[in-house]
Amino acid sequence: MKPLVLKGIRPYGEGEPVDVLVRDGVIEAVGSEIGSTVEGDAEAVDVRGMIALPGFVDLHTHLREPGREDTETIETGSVAAALGGYTAVFAMANTDPVADNAVIVEHVWRRGQEVGLVDVHPVGAVTVGLEGKRLAELGTMARSAANVRVFSDDGHCVDDPLIMRRALEYSTALDVVIAQHAEEPRLTVGAQAHEGEQAARLGLAGWPAVAEESIVARDCLLAAAAGARLHVCHVSTSGTADILRWAKARGTDVSAEVCPHHLLLDDARLATFDPVNKVNPPLRESDDVAALRQALADGTVDCVATDHAPHAPQDKDCEWSAARPGMLGLQTALSIVVETMVRPGLLDWRGVARVMSERPAEIAGLPDQGRPIAVGEPANLVLVDPDTTWTVRGAELASLADNTPYEGMELPAVIDTVLLRGEITVREGKVNR
Amino acid sequence: MKHLLATEGLDVGTATTILDTAERLKATLLGREVKKLPTLRGRTVITMFYENSTRTRVSFEIAGKWMSADVVNVSSGGSSVGKGESLRDTALTLAAAGADCVIVRHPASGAAHRLAGWLAEAGTSVVNAGDGTHEHPTQALLDAATLRERLSTVDGRKVVIVGDVLHSRVARSNVHLLSALGAEVVLVAPPTLLPAGVRSWPATVSHDLDAELPTADAVMMLRVQAERMHGGFFPSAREYSIHYGLNEKRLGLLPEHAAVLHPGPMLRGMEIASRVADSPSSVITEQVRNGVHVRMAVLYHLLAGEEEAA
Repeated sequence: MKPLVLKGIRPYGEGEPVDVLVRDGVIEAVGSEIGSTVEGDAEAVDVRGMIALPGFVDLHTHLREPGREDTETIETGSVAAALGGYTAVFAMANTDPVADNAVIVEHVWRRGQEVGLVDVHPVGAVTVGLEGKRLAELGTMARSAANVRVFSDDGHCVDDPLIMRRALEYSTALDVVIAQHAEEPRLTVGAQAHEGEQAARLGLAGWPAVAEESIVARDCLLAAAAGARLHVCHVSTSGTADILRWAKARGTDVSAEVCPHHLLLDDARLATFDPVNKVNPPLRESDDVAALRQALADGTVDCVATDHAPHAPQDKDCEWSAARPGMLGLQTALSIVVETMVRPGLLDWRGVARVMSERPAEIAGLPDQGRPIAVGEPANLVLVDPDTTWTVRGAELASLADNTPYEGMELPAVIDTVLLRGEITVREGKVNR
Repeated sequence: MKHLLATEGLDVGTATTILDTAERLKATLLGREVKKLPTLRGRTVITMFYENSTRTRVSFEIAGKWMSADVVNVSSGGSSVGKGESLRDTALTLAAAGADCVIVRHPASGAAHRLAGWLAEAGTSVVNAGDGTHEHPTQALLDAATLRERLSTVDGRKVVIVGDVLHSRVARSNVHLLSALGAEVVLVAPPTLLPAGVRSWPATVSHDLDAELPTADAVMMLRVQAERMHGGFFPSAREYSIHYGLNEKRLGLLPEHAAVLHPGPMLRGMEIASRVADSPSSVITEQVRNGVHVRMAVLYHLLAGEEEAA
């Protein structure tokens, strides 16, 4: 593989532009005018003015393979991820069949490697069939070729406190993390939308904030008692942020993610009854949006995860209660973080690197992701054009599905180039295969 | 007016025009042996009912027929719906078959709104005949017509709505319409049957029915659905009936002129005592009668709106 010289980039958007020399998947040199000093075989990539960040890591995607290859495959999802600036994604276990055994997780891992655009790390199910009754073989999945580091029944809450306690305890021997979809099912029977003024007016059965918060509080206590690590998926309420703040202050080993849609959208979106806005946990109130931005800025919420959830048109172009929850997220995540966090001054670009790459890599225990842009580090990089805007069109996104709530929105920041272990996966916003 | 989807946001002028037309239609048909007006001859009206209903479906069907429209009834049981066809495909099929107006009842809140979106290109009008726990606008209009008839006006009158507000599309539609028409609306229910954020509605909230009755001009009893009785929303049917049922003793607390309404179907002995339902204060039969005229008026304004009223 030819060495590359990335010309004129600004790591973390700071300081004067520099050149970065990449050879054999590693950053070999960083400095001004490196291009002229290396031997002639290096390929110069003109990316002047781009902001360089470590490649993004998504702890929460649904790639739908196996089972719903009509809506997304590991291949199409990998393309969407690469175009979104990702170099590693975690594929949730709620496939059909469920990723609750070594056979399925190894398939997902190998398929991701074959596609080769992004590392696809399978998330293993916590319980057999996501049924919340019996622990899945966490150890076997952890020691499989897929090297599973994150376990979750996402889509379902591990609601039985005894099963959750056992999962947390058991996980400590494996150095893995249990990621909880926090939703007390007894409080969300038939729930359709955030329980608040909007849903009440529209006659949509409520999904109360306390259904999330009560589980997060319980799990923080269980994790602390077990001496285990807990990760909270898609935090959606200001109350959850308060509980996380409290738990972290008392030393609980808990981390949390927030989804781009919960940073941008609120339940005013319900008024049209268009299920493109249906997601679980649901869009909350504007006060929650503000609190989540603050929590992400101050580190209470560690990172951004997409909860990328492709759905077929017939599962969205229907009446609200019949629609499946979820929205596409991989290709819009950075732009929404820029819109909601960078532009208002809540995060700088180093902060973006923290929440999109460094923290998620740490939480999942990926040694070669989320690393500094420095000599000797792996060349997993994303180059961002911060000044150009683009208009979201669902039909133009790489996913097989097109269920984006951002249709027609003009958003800032464009992913220009992505490197996975020194290989260009995206160049000028197009996938490189 | 293209569609009638909700009373929330329905402007007072339009609502008043519908009520005036309904009143005129009622007067026109009064005492006639042949109840048939030629107004909607050649127009096709299709009712799509995805929930069981007797009074609303029949009321719409009679309204259409008295206006000389061709009325076709589709129910979820005996149609392609039973074969798993989507709501969207069924709606597009009916529009393509020539429906000028589709009247829909559906268990999903917002179903009528979705239908209106899908049928925008076809130009078919949509009437919401009850969508989930959202709205039931023609019920509110017929209630307003009945109140106008009985109390001469809605403006300034106090209307007490009692019961399962949380799950009631009738309550939502009435709160918006009656308050827009100038009524003082009071909602009386146990806290478990009131929706989140109800305090922001154009209504006041109370848990004490006895305290509200002496100053009420009308009381509207909502049906308590059987599934709520076992859903833990209140301890027992007996306790509900004691606290929120309209019995004869409570009827005595009402001013003489006050009207008792019920959207039906009634659970006699539960939310309303049998003798109360049959008392002179009860306008329940009148509600049904006015329902036909109000729905005639709605169809008229949707399908022949540009012409002068009958």
